[in-house]
Amino acid sequence: MELREALYKYLLRIGDTSLIAGQRLAEWVSEGPTLEEDIALTNISLDLFGQARAALSYAAEVQGKGATEDSLTYLRSEREYYNTLLSELPNGNFANTIANQFLNDAYLYHFYTALGKSKDEKLAAFAIKSVKEVRYHLRHTGEWVVRLGDGTEESKNKMQSAIDDVWMFTGDLFEMDEVDETLIEMGIGVDLNEIKRSWDTTVNKVLERATITRPEDGYMQTGRLDGQHTEYLGHILSELQYLQRAHPGAEW
Amino acid sequence: MEKDSQGDIWEVFIQAKPGMPHKHAGNVHAMDKEMALQNARDLYTRRGEGTSIWTVRSSEIVASNPKDDEAFFDPSDDKIYRQASFYSVPKDAKQI
Repeated sequence: MELREALYKYLLRIGDTSLIAGQRLAEWVSEGPTLEEDIALTNISLDLFGQARAALSYAAEVQGKGATEDSLTYLRSEREYYNTLLSELPNGNFANTIANQFLNDAYLYHFYTALGKSKDEKLAAFAIKSVKEVRYHLRHTGEWVVRLGDGTEESKNKMQSAIDDVWMFTGDLFEMDEVDETLIEMGIGVDLNEIKRSWDTTVNKVLERATITRPEDGYMQTGRLDGQHTEYLGHILSELQYLQRAHPGAEW
Repeated sequence: MEKDSQGDIWEVFIQAKPGMPHKHAGNVHAMDKEMALQNARDLYTRRGEGTSIWTVRSSEIVASNPKDDEAFFDPSDDKIYRQASFYSVPKDAKQI
């Protein structure tokens, strides 16, 4: 596979995951359980949008066909999005949001840590900057997993169900194809098998503190690599892209 | 005050630069120490305000009572000689 094509797709996977996770979290604005948590989730959402902008503008540059971060965000269809399935799942109750975000954060934390050593300098710089933000996101969601899991009977039940419900989407995080192989060979990309081992350690440690039982690995729903999504992404995009679709080329 | 479901109130102190005193910045709701620290971080340090945070449960702070104001503070009103600026510096004193 040609480097340019591989790097472009890789950047879309990174940027789309941040963009969609950020959009999901933004739905909590004014709905948070406390004012402070409302602001915390929104801050995380804004960090994710910042990461998405950096990754997607680099993707546009690599592609070299006149695309921009905006055109990539507003004008791609559902099957042209490559975010992790975890990031598009509905917010559900607060424990569901925390479970989804925590598992995604643990993945991004180890992914960016490894990506910081990429031979692509721009990608490495992006990862080194992002990992500082993600380390905090992971701490925030991880502490909530512990607080709810090791909390009251009701909060524990909700946290356990949230982890159980989302578990089938975690296999999707570690799938690889020729895009990954091409970039790993060149020292640019990250071997997700290694990320899986670090992810397991982090997740196990937090679940143990939270007295939450780690679910058995069963059927895993995947699709990220080919842009095959759950039914939820289309709804996110219809809201995210509404203005550009209704008024093409609108600017402000 | 009546207890709500938002947790306790914690006072937040931010240090602007290493070596400077921590200054009171405001307060946050939180249910435990870690949450207090994170909420303080999210509310008070997003724009480069500081390099260190202290939080403490508001209920742990011992405050003076306004009823004691006269006894506590008025006696110092007429004792300006307790201020360093009350004294003039001798002309030849170089190391002050």
